[in-house]
Amino acid sequence: MTLALAIFAAFIASTLAITFWAARRSRGASAYFAAGRRITAWQNGFAVAGDFMSAASFLGVVGLIALQGFDGFLYAVGGFVAYVTILLLIAEPLRNTGKYTMGDVLAYRLRPRPVRALAAISTLTTVVFYMITQMVGAGALVGLLLADSGVTYNQAVIGVGILMMIYVIFGGMLATTWVQIIKAMLLSACAVVLTLLVLAHFHFHLLDFFAAASQVMYQQNGETVVRDFLQPGLRYRPPHGPLDLISLGLIFVFGTAGLPHILVKFYTVPDAKTARNSVVWAMILIGSFYVMTSVLGLGAAVIVGPDYVVTHGGTNMSGILLAQTLGGNVFLAIVSAVAFATILAVVAGLTISASTSFAHDFWINVVHHGREAHSGEAVLVARIAALVVGAVSIAIAIGLGPTSNAGILGTFGMAVAASANFPVLLLSIFWRRFNTAGAISGMSVGLLSALVLIVAGPNFMGIDAANVTGAVHHLIQANPWFPLENVGILSVPLGFMAAIIGTLLSGEPDAEAKFNELMVRANIGLGAEKASGH
Amino acid sequence: MPSDSDSHNEWDRVASSAQFRDLMAIKKVFIVPAFLFFLLYYFLLPVLVGYAPKLMSTRVIGTMTLAYVFALSQFVVGWLIAWLYLKAAARFDSLAEDILEDLNRQEPPA
Repeated sequence: MTLALAIFAAFIASTLAITFWAARRSRGASAYFAAGRRITAWQNGFAVAGDFMSAASFLGVVGLIALQGFDGFLYAVGGFVAYVTILLLIAEPLRNTGKYTMGDVLAYRLRPRPVRALAAISTLTTVVFYMITQMVGAGALVGLLLADSGVTYNQAVIGVGILMMIYVIFGGMLATTWVQIIKAMLLSACAVVLTLLVLAHFHFHLLDFFAAASQVMYQQNGETVVRDFLQPGLRYRPPHGPLDLISLGLIFVFGTAGLPHILVKFYTVPDAKTARNSVVWAMILIGSFYVMTSVLGLGAAVIVGPDYVVTHGGTNMSGILLAQTLGGNVFLAIVSAVAFATILAVVAGLTISASTSFAHDFWINVVHHGREAHSGEAVLVARIAALVVGAVSIAIAIGLGPTSNAGILGTFGMAVAASANFPVLLLSIFWRRFNTAGAISGMSVGLLSALVLIVAGPNFMGIDAANVTGAVHHLIQANPWFPLENVGILSVPLGFMAAIIGTLLSGEPDAEAKFNELMVRANIGLGAEKASGH
Repeated sequence: MPSDSDSHNEWDRVASSAQFRDLMAIKKVFIVPAFLFFLLYYFLLPVLVGYAPKLMSTRVIGTMTLAYVFALSQFVVGWLIAWLYLKAAARFDSLAEDILEDLNRQEPPA
């Protein structure tokens, strides 16, 4: 795997060069946290796509389709359609009324200290779930690829962690954005080539490809079974399957619009119109990528076979194994290096959104009542926070090791975002009556209910069958208390209800009086943060 | 931008102006139905897949199932909504610019 290492080293070298270029250009908080708000529409579209198409997409979703056919494809559909919510409801008001974080929008007309404190907590929770997802993906990759070269899982995780800390600590948002743009280009190119290879395998006869996908053969409980991967029902079965599916849809449609690392990207552009255009760019990229994941996933099922996947690195490695089968070791090396780049870029995006929220929402606005003790304090605190976030995520990732599907892990962070962040963000922008009590109860109830239900659900609780290779291990050996693996169907309405009830039980004339200001600013951009000069 | 002292009155005045209310009404006419249609069309997929798996397993083209074709159509519909929104938003932008221009004329920036 020396080629994989060489390609990976080339990517690291070029991204480090970008980081030092960015570090020389970055002066002041707006440059560090928001890339000076000078990113263009297509650049931000690529960066959003690069931020969003994580290990959960390239490794996780392809793997889900490779093992469970159509039901796995629903993760891809959900990931794409979520951007309609962002486009229609969130991106432009967010850009016009905030500065660096989701907390800015909430604090605009609510009492800033409590809402910022809670926004920082739920931001950090979401980011931690995502971080675990990426690290599990990285670990699985290393297990497959670099074992021969003597690099261990722990060393790889530490390496990924240190690199992303360098990007974030030195380069800030500008370096992170460019790392994401390059990674989005590489990943899209890889997906296109791999898709063409799959179709070429069937001499570009699409119907033959789908015919093969309709009868995939594999071992189940010691017997050979043949399953139609184009039919629903391989993952989500009665009695709870239908509810789980609707729940998954809710998590995607509302959760993506509450993901802190996606929301911060809309502060890096000069105005709301650019934010809007960048969402459309992201939709073109993410949509075409996810359509291709279905070809890759089904291709892996047909050409590689679920049995081989399960015994050679597990579900997350489906796309990588497909690349090896179709393109040999050279292509395997390229695809793995791109997968690594993907993880690196996403982890950098997560780290900067977490450290921004900590420095800007919590440190400056909660602890120091909105004033920097000395100039440059916010950026300094963010750099320290990035260091801490990096160290903590390295420790968690080493503690966990590669266990479950990255696509599923990713939905946990999204469930928290859908239940705790999205309801209060939406109500704060569109409901005049909304107030601080509503924001506090909405965020706390949404966050707690999502967390409790996830831990009480079948992904954390379950009794492992003895000696089944490739099976997921459960952290709690007991029957699950909550039957659904996707908690959104309960936690999202709970988050909304708590926000509405909390609001109705209290009055806050100041918050209502400031709604006109927020509405004018959100809709015509009067007084919105401007792009900075050189 | 209105200054801090008389800011509330100024924002309220813009918010209650006929121009701004027109803009909000025009936005609502597009965004509310578009978002509701999107929710309906998208959630039809998990609902049908979950509760009518037989219907969704119907072969449409070759071995392609209705479920698969419906799932792919979500991408087309998403892109279509985005395209329509871009067209509608060009109108929102010009109305917003008119409001901003009027404000600048009444109260030249210091």
